[in-house]
Order: sequence, then structure tokens, then C-alpha cells
Amino acid sequence: MTGILIGLIIAVSLIVLVQLLRVNELISQVKNEDPNLVNDEDNNTQGILAFSIMGVLFLASVLWQFKYWGIHILPPASSIHGATIDTLMRVTLALILFVFFITQPILAWFTLKYRGNSKRKAYYFVHNNKLELAWTIIPSLVLTPLIIYGLNVWNDITNTDTSNSKVIELYAKQFNWTARYSGDDNTLGKANFKLVEGLNELGVNMNDENAGDDIITREVHLVVGEPVLLKMRSQDVIHSAFLPHFRVQMNCVPGMITQFGFTPTQTTAEMKNQEGDDFEFVLLCNKICGAAHYNMKMKVIVESQDDYDAWIYSQKTLKNTLTVK
Amino acid sequence: MSEHHKETFITKYIFSLDHKMIAKQFLITGMFMGVVGMTLSLLFRLQLSNPGESFAVLEFFLGEKWAPGGVLDPNMYLALVTMHGTILVFWVLTAGLTGTFANFLIPLQIGARDMASGFMNMLSYWFFFAATVVLLSSLYVETGPASAGWTIYPPLSALPQAIPGSGLGQDLWLIAMTLFVVSSLLGGLNYIVTILNLRTKGMTMMRLPLTIWALLIVAILGVLSFPVLLSCSLLLIFDRSFGTSFYLSDIIIGGEALHNTGGSPILFEHLFWFLGHPEVYIILLPALGIVSEVISVNSRKPIFGYKAMVGALLVIALLSFVVWGHHMFLTGMDPFLGSVFTFTTLLIAIPSAVKVFNYLATLWRANIRFTPAMLFAIGFVSTFITGGLTGIILGDSALDINVHDTYFVTGHFHIVMGVSAIYGMMAGVYHWFPKMYGRMMNKKLGYFHFWVTFISAYGVFFPMHFLGLAGLPRRYYTNSAFPMFDELTNINEIITFFAIIGGLVQLLFIFNFFYSIFKGTKATENPWKSNTLEWTTPVERIHGNWPGEIPTVERWAYDYSKPDADDDFIPQTVPLKKGEIEH
Ligand code: HEM
Ligand SMILES: [Cu+2]
Ligand SMILES: [Cu+2]
Repeated sequence: MTGILIGLIIAVSLIVLVQLLRVNELISQVKNEDPNLVNDEDNNTQGILAFSIMGVLFLASVLWQFKYWGIHILPPASSIHGATIDTLMRVTLALILFVFFITQPILAWFTLKYRGNSKRKAYYFVHNNKLELAWTIIPSLVLTPLIIYGLNVWNDITNTDTSNSKVIELYAKQFNWTARYSGDDNTLGKANFKLVEGLNELGVNMNDENAGDDIITREVHLVVGEPVLLKMRSQDVIHSAFLPHFRVQMNCVPGMITQFGFTPTQTTAEMKNQEGDDFEFVLLCNKICGAAHYNMKMKVIVESQDDYDAWIYSQKTLKNTLTVK
Repeated sequence: MSEHHKETFITKYIFSLDHKMIAKQFLITGMFMGVVGMTLSLLFRLQLSNPGESFAVLEFFLGEKWAPGGVLDPNMYLALVTMHGTILVFWVLTAGLTGTFANFLIPLQIGARDMASGFMNMLSYWFFFAATVVLLSSLYVETGPASAGWTIYPPLSALPQAIPGSGLGQDLWLIAMTLFVVSSLLGGLNYIVTILNLRTKGMTMMRLPLTIWALLIVAILGVLSFPVLLSCSLLLIFDRSFGTSFYLSDIIIGGEALHNTGGSPILFEHLFWFLGHPEVYIILLPALGIVSEVISVNSRKPIFGYKAMVGALLVIALLSFVVWGHHMFLTGMDPFLGSVFTFTTLLIAIPSAVKVFNYLATLWRANIRFTPAMLFAIGFVSTFITGGLTGIILGDSALDINVHDTYFVTGHFHIVMGVSAIYGMMAGVYHWFPKMYGRMMNKKLGYFHFWVTFISAYGVFFPMHFLGLAGLPRRYYTNSAFPMFDELTNINEIITFFAIIGGLVQLLFIFNFFYSIFKGTKATENPWKSNTLEWTTPVERIHGNWPGEIPTVERWAYDYSKPDADDDFIPQTVPLKKGEIEH
């Protein structure tokens, strides 16, 4: 029934539309000019419309969005390197918005100011080397420091000294995460996908002397102010470990080990104070990996050394899990 | 070519060798695919704004299997996203856009009777048509169409155990893409040869309209990069069907350890993006060419800085081959390589800025005639600025760490590539419709179409930046699994609202298009008072383009409002007056 109704509505509106077009065209045949060519009146309305919509409505809506949706942007980074990314982001955004709010109004202004008129003639202006040189050189001059600044931040992030970092493995598979702490020796036991079996979900080689004290967990606990080095592996397809609050992201690629080192600067409790009680740090999957990609998550908790110690001592080492029946 | 050809219906409308007919075939197939691709996006937008709710349309289109009780299945969500992206990127904005305007404009604007090889041209369309049929048929496969994203990264795309769409659906996707690449190569070679060899007397390279420059560069980009996609897909086909391990290593799937070792999915990403990045310029450059032409004609002014415009196109094209790594900053690639790709990527901002400023300089002191085509061209400048600027964030490896693969990316590339290129295509259709069909499109519907499109396109894609900055990953079936995203629901509702409006108004455009083919007012030979050669051909559109001799070219294409001229335009065929300097 609704189908027929919708069909009817579409048919009627089509007929109305066709009739309107007909009338429009008949009238102008009487006037003896093609109604689909543009006249001064059109130029006038469209010019004003262009200025109002592109220059006023659009730009106002951008400001509106920053005001009302800006609050949804992630809170300031909870990691040392994250703060440098945030600063770089602010600088870049300021620059971008500056250029945006100059060029868009110019475009809108020109559409209004130079809207056509059959009595006027345009200015024949073919080229001007000085101008063109200026707008090649000025963007280059602005970009150069920005590129250098960005590369410095990138180098600092990717070349941090991780020799004192606590090593933790993030293991991805459809559709969950597992963490492996490296234990007292701070070295992960070797692993091989062929060894994945039963309780040994990560395929750790128990003959490796570094493996026994490894600890497998379903949550990531971090100590505030202590550097960590995350090492990522994947069991099946590409996943990506994304910890947006720390500005950390790295792909997990089967057949490869990738890594990302950082230092958290705020505890979960502190963040709850700032952001509200339901705040949690999270680890998300950020590379399309299958049906439940959208739901592949793990809780991340940043806490004091004491709280962390209490938690880690309550976990079982691999030796315990795998040998005790 | 004055002798009369006996044309049957089949040789005229189906297996046509005439470039103008082939152009229309590309255009109409592209428009059809545009409707399909857009409809798919509207279907998944419903799920994003109203997660888990039941919609009769979903059940109507997808059936009980993929939308049980009218609720979209998560696998089908990914399939829709994948097919949407594939269709729009390749079918609409590569074949639909370049196929239409390269075929239509190259012979007409350089003064040739037809393409260098009409037969290859016909083959190019029919390979494209076959590709279309195969791709569409994958929508009806039992296990669903390809679902690994338009970038089809293995292992997800290689293993049917990982996602059902990686079964037969992915096979058909790969076959369709292979046919597609053959079509592009046949077309591209033909465009290059035609532009280089068949220019009429007087049409030097530096007198070519910018449309032709853009199309030439696009064809070269395509010929250099599509073969890489082909080999990339072939290796994937081997891995999928013949047990090789190019991309696969150390995998356990469905509880079973696979035998593959030694392969690397990262190899796939390198091969894919070696095409994939030039591909976005393959989409964008024809739009830049069309927009340059439309802006100049309707500003009644020469395009400002013609040489710089050609130079910028060339620089962008060259750079586009050395930036592919910006899609891979977070793959564990050597950080130093990341630095190199950041550097090359941000360099592209310079020629892009030159283009924008040259457009603004063209509009300065112009006498703007607001045809619907001109509005779309101006809209293009606006979206090109907006989307280009956010690219500066994504190109910077340090910043990419936190916005990579979020909705920020979706917002960025839709504005700079999707919407801009669609605007370019629309501008082209409105502008050259009178030459294609001998009739005018309705102006008022055109205005309405543009303004509603402009508002809804920004309404859809601008808010996505905020979703991304809030940390929301793309390709998520729903954001309701994370409490931290709960506050984003109203943004998602607004996006879907504008998406539906924007989608509906495209139907109005399609109506205008077909109505005008049959009932539009009759066009004159040169309705826009334009200089380029196509406007010297008769309204009747004959095989061979010009009834008599091919015209010779005496000047460049942009003599609008030249001082001391009688009219505000001087066609390229008009000889220079005594003492007149060219420009
Ligand atoms: C009606 C207009 C459109 C709407 C509402 C729309 C919406 C969307 C949305 C929401 C996504 C992201 C879905 C996700 O990541 O989960 C998406 C993906 C995509 N869209 Fe669009 N889009 C539209 C037009 C276009 C156009 C014109 C292009 C042309 C380039 C395009 C190309 C893509 C691509 C390449 C993807 C990525 C697909 C993937 O992730 O594999 N879209 N679209
Ligand atoms: Cu995942
Ligand atoms: Cu790219």
C-alpha cells in the first residue's frame, strides 16, 4: 500500500514538474529568448545568493560547529609525546583556519562584486609574474618551517630511547585484544604462530628462558610517568592498536612485530576528575578487520606504582598457567 | 569524411566508433553507477545515525539475509561501504568522468575528426561495461560482495574465513577491476596518441585548452600506475586461489594455522598505494581542467597564469608518484621513510595553492555569468580549498598518528576528492550538454540543484572532521560500542539528514538531464560564446565533427574581453589582426 502511495506521489510530482517547465518555456518563447541562457537578472540573484551562502551561511556554520562540537574533540593528550602532537596540531590548525578564513571570503566576495552585467566588460588580465612568484614563494616560506617542525616532532616520537621502558605486547585477533607483560626480566619470550594451542593463546615458546615470567592479561595497566614500549602482533588480519587519549596508534600486521613507545602522564582517576566519572582510557581497533571491528576493545588503566604492583602480583605467570594443570 | 555512412541502430548507438557517442555511453553508465553508489551510502548512513533500528528500506533492498528484521547486518555494512567506495572512486569518478570528457572533448577541442583509434575506443567502453556487469553481479552473491574496504588490504581480502565477502564476492571484485584496468589502459593510450598526433594546424601545445592538458596528464598517470594495480591484484588472486604467499604469513584463521610464511601485507599496501595515490589525482585533474575552462568562459576573462596552470598540473602529477607512503605512516615502516613521505606530500600544497590563487585572480574584475556550470566550478574552488587545507594535517606524519583512519580522513577525502570531482563533473555536464545533445538543460533546475547540493555536501562532510577529532574510527558499523562516542549521535543524525537531501536532489538533476535530452530548448552552435574549437561544430553533431575542412587554429583559447576586440570573445579560429600580439 505505502509502495503504491509513494509511486503515486512520485508520478504526480513528475507531472507537475514537467508542466512547470513547459509553462516556463512557453512564456519565454513568447518573449523570444532562450530561457536557459543567463540574463542580468540571473547574475544578480545568483551573485547575491553565492555571497550569502558561500560567504555568510557556510562560514557561520563552520564557526557554529567549532563552538558546539569543538567540545567533543578529544581532551588534551595524556602522554608526554602526545602533548607535542597537540601543540603541533594547534599551530597547524591555526594556520589552516587563517588561510581558510581569508580565501573563502575572498571567493565569496568576488562572486558578489564581479557578478555579471551585460553593460560591463571584464578586465583582460593574462598573467603577472610578480604575483605568481609571490604566491609560489609565500606558501613555500610558510610550509618550510611547518614541515621542519612536523618532522622534528615525528623524529622525537619515533626515535625515543626505549631501553628503560617496560615492554608489553598487544596481541590482536578477530575480535579481541590480549596483553602480555614481559615479567621481571622485562623481555618477552619468543613466540610462533604454530605454537598457538589451548591455553597458550599467543603461541609463546615455553622453552625460551624469557617466557616463564610473562603474564597474560585482558586489561592493560600502566604506571603513570613510567615509559612503556608496546609491541604489536596479529594472529589473522591487519588490526591497528589505537589509544586516542595518548595519541598512540600502530598497525598490527600478521608476520611482523611493530612497536610504539610512550609515557602516560595522567592516571585514570585524574581523568575521571576532569572528564567525568564514566571516563576510561581505551584501546580500539582502527583497521578494518571484519564484522565486529567496531567492537574490538580493551580497557586501559593508568595508576600509581602501588596500585599497579598490587594488580600485577595478583596475575598468574605463564609458567603457572601452562604447567599447572 | 564527407561521404555518407550507412548507420544501423547497432553501429550508431551500441557498437559505435564515434567518440561523441562513446562519451555519452561512459556518461550514462557513470551516472547509473553514481545512483547505485549513492544509494548504498544512504543505506549505511541509516545504520550510522540510528544504530540497530529497523528500516523497511533496508529489508527491501537487502532482504531477510542481510537485513534481518530491517536491521543492517555488520558484514553487510562493510560490504556496502566497500562497494560504495569502489563504485564512486573507479566507476563514477575515473571511468565516468575521464571516459566522458576525454572522449568527448579531445577530438573536438584539438580539431580532430575522431580518436586515433575508434576501435580501441569502443573496446575501452565495452571492457568498462563488462567490468560494470561483473561488479554489479557481485551484489547478488550468496556470501555478499567484497567487504574488505575499497583498499582491499590482505589478509582480510584474501581469506574467506575472515569475512564472508572475501569469498566469491572478492573474486568478482578482482575480475571486475582487471577488466576495468584494461579499459583504462586502452582509453589512456588512445588519449595520449590522439593529443600528441592529431592536433589540427596551428594547435601548438601551448595553445591547448587546459582541459586537454589535464586529460593528457591524467592519461599518462593512468598508463603508468594502473599496470601496478593490475600486478598487485594478480598477486592477490594467486594468494587467494593458488596457495602462494606474497602477502600472507603466520596466520591462524578459524582455528586453523595456514601454511603461508614469508609474505607481507605491507608489500600489498606499497603496490596498492603506488596506484592509489596517483588515482586520486586521476580523479581530480580532469575536474581541474574542466573547472579552469568553465571559470574562464564564464568570467569572460582569460584564465590567469596559463603557463603556471600547466606547470602546476605537471608538478602535481610528478609529485603524486612519490607520496604514496603517506597512507602507510603507521604500518611500522621505517620512520625515516615516513619523514620523506611527509616532505614530498606537503610539497603538493605549493602547486595546489598556485592553482587556487590563479582561480581567484581569474575571478578578480571578471564579468561573471552564473550558469549552473559556473556555480559548480566556483563550488569546486571552495571545496578544493577546504579539503586541501585539511590535507596538510593528514600529510604530516606526526599529526597522522591520531587522525589516521578516523572520520577526519573520511571528511577530508570526500571534500577534496569526492565532492570536488563531482562538482567538476557536474560543471562539465551542464557546460557541454548543448554540444552533446543539441539542447539546453533547464537553468532554474540547475540553480536549485547546485544550491541544495552545495549546502548538503558541506552538511554531510564538514561535521565528519569533528567526529574524527573526537577519535571515532572510520569503517565502524556503529559508534555505540564505546560510551566515549555517545555524545556524537546528534552529529551523525545531522549528517544523515543532509545525505538524504543531497541524494534526493541528484534525482532532480537526472530528471533535468533526461528531460532536456528530449524536450530542452534548442541550443545554438555556441550558446556560451566560447572560444574553443568544439563550439565551431554544427548543432547536429555529425560523424567527423566538421562538415567541411577541419578549422585551423590562430590563437590561444582564452581571448575573452580582449581590449580593442569587437566582441567579448574571439574564437580560436579567428586570425590575429595586424599588429595584434597573441597574449
Ligand atoms: C551521497 C554522498 C555520499 C555519502 C553520504 C557518503 C558517505 C560515506 C561514508 C559515511 C563513508 C564512511 C563509512 C565508513 O568508513 O564506515 C564513505 C566511505 C567512502 N566514500 Fe563516500 N559518501 C558519498 C559520496 C562519495 C563520493 C562522491 C565519493 C567519491 C570519491 C565517495 C568515496 C568514498 C570512499 C572511497 C569511501 C571509503 C570506502 C572504504 O572505507 O573502503 N563517497 N562514504
Ligand atoms: Cu581489529
Ligand atoms: Cu595519497
